[in-house]
Amino acid sequence: MDFLIFQVPMLTVQAVLDGLLLGILFALIAYGMALQWGVMNIINIAQGDLVILGGYIAYFMYLYGIHPAWGVIVSPIIMYFVGVIIYKLVINKVVDRDLFISILATFGISILFMQLMNFAFGADVVLANSGYGTTMLFDNSVTLPNSKIFSAFISIVFAIGLVIYMKKSKLGRAIRATAQNARAAKILGVDTEKVYAATFGINAALCGVAGALISITFTIHPYMGLPYTIRSFMIVIVAGLGNLPGVAMSGMGLGVFEEFADYILGTEFRIGSVFLLLVLILVYRRFKLSKKREYLK
Amino acid sequence: MKIKNIIITFVSALAILFSTSVVSLAKVVGDKIILGAAISLTGKYSSNGVHTQNGYNMAVDRINSMGGVKVGGKTYMFDIIYYDDESNPKRAAQLAERLISQDGVEFMLGPYSSGLTKAIAPVTEKYGVPMVEANGASRSLFTKGYKYLFAVLAPANLYLDVAIRTAVELNGGKGVRIAQAFEQDAFSQDVRLGILDAAKETGSKIIIDDKLPKELNDMAATLAKVKATKPDVLVVSGHTKGALTAIRQIAEMKVDVPMLAMTHCDAAKLSKQHGANSQYALCASQWHKTLTYKDDFFTDGMTYDADFTKEFGYAPPYQAAESSAALLVFKDAFERAGSFDQKKVRDALAATNMQTFYGNIKFAEGGQNVDKPMVLFQVMCDDAGKCENKVVAPLKWASAELIHPIPKWSDR
Repeated sequence: MDFLIFQVPMLTVQAVLDGLLLGILFALIAYGMALQWGVMNIINIAQGDLVILGGYIAYFMYLYGIHPAWGVIVSPIIMYFVGVIIYKLVINKVVDRDLFISILATFGISILFMQLMNFAFGADVVLANSGYGTTMLFDNSVTLPNSKIFSAFISIVFAIGLVIYMKKSKLGRAIRATAQNARAAKILGVDTEKVYAATFGINAALCGVAGALISITFTIHPYMGLPYTIRSFMIVIVAGLGNLPGVAMSGMGLGVFEEFADYILGTEFRIGSVFLLLVLILVYRRFKLSKKREYLK
Repeated sequence: MKIKNIIITFVSALAILFSTSVVSLAKVVGDKIILGAAISLTGKYSSNGVHTQNGYNMAVDRINSMGGVKVGGKTYMFDIIYYDDESNPKRAAQLAERLISQDGVEFMLGPYSSGLTKAIAPVTEKYGVPMVEANGASRSLFTKGYKYLFAVLAPANLYLDVAIRTAVELNGGKGVRIAQAFEQDAFSQDVRLGILDAAKETGSKIIIDDKLPKELNDMAATLAKVKATKPDVLVVSGHTKGALTAIRQIAEMKVDVPMLAMTHCDAAKLSKQHGANSQYALCASQWHKTLTYKDDFFTDGMTYDADFTKEFGYAPPYQAAESSAALLVFKDAFERAGSFDQKKVRDALAATNMQTFYGNIKFAEGGQNVDKPMVLFQVMCDDAGKCENKVVAPLKWASAELIHPIPKWSDR
């Protein structure tokens, strides 16, 4: 088993493509997290649970005979309102407090969501079949499930759409203004309360899209949210706050890194190696930061 | 106001007293044998927890309606006190304490899953409470020298042993090349150890040995390795998520492998969720309705299947069948012990040697059932896409012939 990847060169292509497709999907979830982290200074532990809830929406459409791919349109619409409701009920009470309180609050939401989903949908692992088939490349030595390609494509469409929306629309500008300086934005007539609610709604809608995609590419289960939260958290940390193109890059980068770690170090070190990379990046950042301070002195 | 407060205090004190006195009447009261069980009714194991509970209830009703348990010339009825352990090992251990020391339960039934059984076993052992469990298969449960733990099911290391031996047999007795992917949890790793043993004994070679992280949703890398190395057998175990992910990605990536063996197929409702894509998968199972074991209470597997379906509205997974069997074992042991002395019941349990609709039951020193082999069924679909699980190994129980090798995806 020693370094199979070097003996079979086509596996390199497979690993890169798998990693990219996986990374793009994760980046979409991280996009939402980066957005509301940047605007509201809230780390949303319930991010993954919103994803799973979005997945269940697509799954139920599938159960009722509607193609689950329509979930990428229906799910974000429903999830937007779920997001706004969560904001009105809980988040607006913690938005100006320190980070720790918001983490606790969203952690609570996360537990509540898990239990409610378990109660409502049952504890079975479920999935929705898209029936999209497979793309074979290089004489069948590289195979890519079309559902993954579809997921990546939709993620890119939504990510680009979001960037354009943030640049061009009135609400988008208001969101960016609030992110830069909430107080100044308020003085200039921006209704920050509305902006916050919309931001949280948009984040939940992005989670809804990602969830629908996950239900057709992977599996969903009420307790499966946390890994998605952690992954998007890592992607945002690596990219740095407020850096949306960086989120896309770090998402794909981590995806590819993870695939290679699987082939070279073994599957059991896959997640661990990503965490190790995270630690290294944080230490490096810290190192750079400390240097800067010295320079300022 | 003051008088009202006093009355409220008095009434609630009475209520507490009354409730505790009712509960502490547990164990054997009048004509009732009260068993205790902590079951996952909520949390991530809740679906299997409910199967377990339904299995227990079904057997209690059946035994009671057919004359109950006869001990020392007197007839007793079974009753069970349930608590919800929330799928949480810590909670399960607390509840076991509570069942034993507060509710006075003297005999226990097991929870769902190896992890929770592991949490409860030290407690029942400490108090010398005999526990018959039906849903903890992890090998480590049976190597700790527990004296009061009895499991009606075959240990985890035997789950896929049959698959490897069958593959070797089909290969003319020569060793095969095995690719395996197991989730990193106690149960799946025990299944893995079983495969390692079987491989060693049959001279087979393990060419891929992936340990899947618990949070992993994606097996693409493992399957790409399988495609590149072309093993004879692919073995996957990772609970329902592992089974569903494996089938989805094997179909999507068109991975051709002559034999695919897995665990948790029926819990994952593979053929329902994946249809024809799950065809030809071999699945390890503790029980199947077509096995021809018999007993006086449930007659045989087919009857059990029909009765259970009638009562609960769905076909019994093996988790329910083995849970029902646990009650039959208790009844048998009580009658042979002729007493409710915990030590005597324990010794009677240890000497169990009986057949139930679920299989033969005979406990080894460690408490595991050594008289019941695992069965393998294969998912077989007809042209209309309707799939059924048919037993293919061991040959003695086979209701259909094993389809081997699995046809290539290009021919399906």
